Amino acid sequence: MGSVSIPLDHVLLLSALLFICGLLGLMMRRNIIFILISLEVMLNSSAVAFVAAGARWGQPDGQIVFMLILAVAAAEVAVGLGLVLQIQRRFKSLDMDDANRMRG
Amino acid sequence: MLELVLFYTASTIALVATILALTRANATHALIYLILSLLAVAVIFYIIGAPFAAALEVVIYAGAIMVLFIFVIMMLNLGDKGDRREKQLLKPQIWITPVIFTLVLLVELVLVLSQSAPAEIQGLVTPKQVGLTLFGPYVLAVEIASMLLLAGLVGSYHLGRRYLEEGRENSSRGRS
Repeated sequence: MGSVSIPLDHVLLLSALLFICGLLGLMMRRNIIFILISLEVMLNSSAVAFVAAGARWGQPDGQIVFMLILAVAAAEVAVGLGLVLQIQRRFKSLDMDDANRMRG
Repeated sequence: MLELVLFYTASTIALVATILALTRANATHALIYLILSLLAVAVIFYIIGAPFAAALEVVIYAGAIMVLFIFVIMMLNLGDKGDRREKQLLKPQIWITPVIFTLVLLVELVLVLSQSAPAEIQGLVTPKQVGLTLFGPYVLAVEIASMLLLAGLVGSYHLGRRYLEEGRENSSRGRS
């Protein structure tokens, strides 16, 4: 124990697979709540890549970028869920295809 | 060797839970699986030697951000449909899979904690190192993150306030 370290390639592969799941979800789902969940999955997968790389070289920089990603995710979710409330009020639906018209 | 087994189990749980989360029809069920996926990623962080990131993942991601999602789903006010959904939530086939996965993660966590002193993990980064670097070379990034959070706060207040005011107007109109 301790002598065996996790191969970096496999952690990066996991991160890539999670990112692909999030991207496919983002493209295939039309419910705005699921679109936000997919964005969370994608942000989280990139955080996995940063933390794994930071741990590979024993440097704290990876975890600092992870914290910045957390701040970005929190701000994005707060604004996104505010938009969800507005869209639900205006269109009586959470389907993004109902809200694809711009004013103009 | 044990580390590797634990890592692959946790990654499998993370992937399966993410796929299940993104294919649910019901948003609440999807959130349960998403929380499971985040917990699995936290276990992975601990195994690869980032205990502080693991703690933040559980407290902020699986705690605070997911609570925001649940609040908004509650505010959307699904009515009778919501009540029927609540009854469905109590059925075992809804929650048995996430509970089994979470128990596997718990067993993993106990194994990790009992097997190795944290200092033996290769490439371990302690919270002290993270804090020193965060408020040393990266202090500007902290300031920028605080500005970003302030912008998010003002934006969500602006978007949510109009929603709340109109709801109050509608309810007072209904009463009079």
